[in-house]
Amino acid sequence: MPWDEGLVNSLVYDKPDPAEGRVVSYAHAINEALALALEHDPGVFVLGQGVDDPLAMFGTTRGLHTRFGADRVFDTPLSEEAMMGVSTGAAMNGMRPVFMHNRPDFILLAFNQLVTHAAKFHFMDNGRTNVPVVIWAAIGRGWGSGAQHSQAIHGMLLGVPGLKIVMPSTPYDAKGLLLSAILDNNPVCVFEHRWLMKKDGVVPEGFYRVPIGKGIYRRRGNDVTIVGASHAIELGFQAAAQLALEGIEAEVIDLRTVKPLDEAIVLESLHKTGRLVVVDTAWMKGGLCAEIGCLAAERGYSDLKAPIARVGLPDVPTPAGYTLEQFYYPDAARIAAAARGLVRRTGPVRHT
Amino acid sequence: MLRIRRIEEEIERRYHQDQMKTPIHLVIGQEGTSVGACSVLRTTDLVYTSHRTHGAYLAKGGDLKAMLCEMHCRINGCAGSRGGSMHLIDQSVGMAGTSAIVGGAVPIATGAALAAKMKGEDRVVVAFLGDATTEEGVMAESLNFAALKRIPIVYFCENNFYSVQSPLATRQPPRDIRRWAEGFGLPAVAVDGVNVLAVRHAMADAVDRARSGGGPTFIETPVYRFRAHGGAGDDSKSGYRDEAERMAWEAVDPLHLFAEFLTRDSLLDVSLTQSMERDIAAEIAEAFEYALTSPNPVEDDLYRHVYAD
Repeated sequence: MPWDEGLVNSLVYDKPDPAEGRVVSYAHAINEALALALEHDPGVFVLGQGVDDPLAMFGTTRGLHTRFGADRVFDTPLSEEAMMGVSTGAAMNGMRPVFMHNRPDFILLAFNQLVTHAAKFHFMDNGRTNVPVVIWAAIGRGWGSGAQHSQAIHGMLLGVPGLKIVMPSTPYDAKGLLLSAILDNNPVCVFEHRWLMKKDGVVPEGFYRVPIGKGIYRRRGNDVTIVGASHAIELGFQAAAQLALEGIEAEVIDLRTVKPLDEAIVLESLHKTGRLVVVDTAWMKGGLCAEIGCLAAERGYSDLKAPIARVGLPDVPTPAGYTLEQFYYPDAARIAAAARGLVRRTGPVRHT
Repeated sequence: MLRIRRIEEEIERRYHQDQMKTPIHLVIGQEGTSVGACSVLRTTDLVYTSHRTHGAYLAKGGDLKAMLCEMHCRINGCAGSRGGSMHLIDQSVGMAGTSAIVGGAVPIATGAALAAKMKGEDRVVVAFLGDATTEEGVMAESLNFAALKRIPIVYFCENNFYSVQSPLATRQPPRDIRRWAEGFGLPAVAVDGVNVLAVRHAMADAVDRARSGGGPTFIETPVYRFRAHGGAGDDSKSGYRDEAERMAWEAVDPLHLFAEFLTRDSLLDVSLTQSMERDIAAEIAEAFEYALTSPNPVEDDLYRHVYAD
């Protein structure tokens, strides 16, 4: 897919300042995390379709199979459900598997094992067995891959007790959250974004962790809160820059983990701004947008100066081509328009 | 086998009293496969099963009191009241996991065996499954992977010819399950499931193969459940299976066959049988009393162990 590679190459990100530290790409940061985990713990192994091929899962697994051996970094049969079960069984018996998929859609084949087994065993046997397994997948957009290769599934998984879900937005977090996920004693889904793979950032060498379940302020502002994760943060930043030119100061919250959700940071910011735009790389209905909207309605109601705005995917499957995609995905302009609408809204919200 | 039979009969006898509010799947008629399979395993070997757990749990060395507490939803059940009859999970005896989704435990068992291999542990894993499990895609996926990686596991298929009330002939073309399994590139044998010693011998071979690095084995054991798929009593009268068929299988009850064998070889006599019956009856009575007087979980227990620390 040359146009896809060209598209990712053409994305313009803010350049990190090398004076602040070593600069590497997002994909390289993931590669480092995997290598550190494999080095640090003999129980860690990496499996997935193509983890040892020349494409190397967007470069994230490059060189790992030669460095750590084919027993610890291996290709799998096209058996997503069984391999999810194998990962679960291995995790229940002292290993820390990292099961990688180059599209989230393939995880749907493994839902029985992920949802009904991996997420349940710790509870079902009264806490005696842990299931420290990482399920990794990268989603993209604008790659013409259509309805069956572009599904953001984190919304479907939000209601599954026992799972954790992280969605990093920076190279620093991609490394630190993946290391946290691998060391976590629960099943953790790590959803990356294809469009972030070549984004550069300051990433320390060596081992560090970013805590699971903690969001972070990426930008401070008093007028409106933009909350999201993963690539939505990039869009939120662009929107905030536009809004600043108009005199609207947006606060941008990067959730980093979408389950368990850092509710406190959302409510804290909402208390200050009174306005909330929730941005997601997935569908608006029944997912992260809906969950955070409900959080604000339940526990931040008295702070609301305007209705809650959602910016995500419409209730429509993903189209295959760039012709329709332009109407489909959220962008900075839509986020800015939503925020502007809340700030310029005349008249108070009626709390009756 | 006698102990498992009597325990199952007592569970069945008491089931209508509604003190065990858990869906049960009795193993009566299939004790020979449970015991034959587990008799060659060590405590450190792991067993994974489907929803029909009682036989494997007891044969693997499970604690009767912990089992009955689990079935009465008491806090001191083997799974802290979270599992019930379908999830008699007990790591202390290697009853490592169960699934109420047919085939669900099969890849997990495969992964447990992969872990044992990767860690260089002297450990064999057994996945108990039924005839219907071989219809699940994940079963085929697991056999393929286990054969590919020479994983130390035994797939132990108790073919009792029914999935709930659906006969095998309406679900699979006329061919041996054993031969189907063999197609995945692993040794597959069929052995008479009502003959506990034959099951034990086949299992010993398979376990030896796994322990010595020879990889997986599939064992098919034709056997029959004398009771309904779930709940107490027989359901043959509902018409899904012939009573004559059930009676023909009851004529080769694995418990009676083994008792006859032992008696013939002068290893068993009336007084020994009576003493075993007495001991078992006393153990069962005590265990039920223990379960019925054990504490219930409290609300705080609900929120424990959703996540591991």
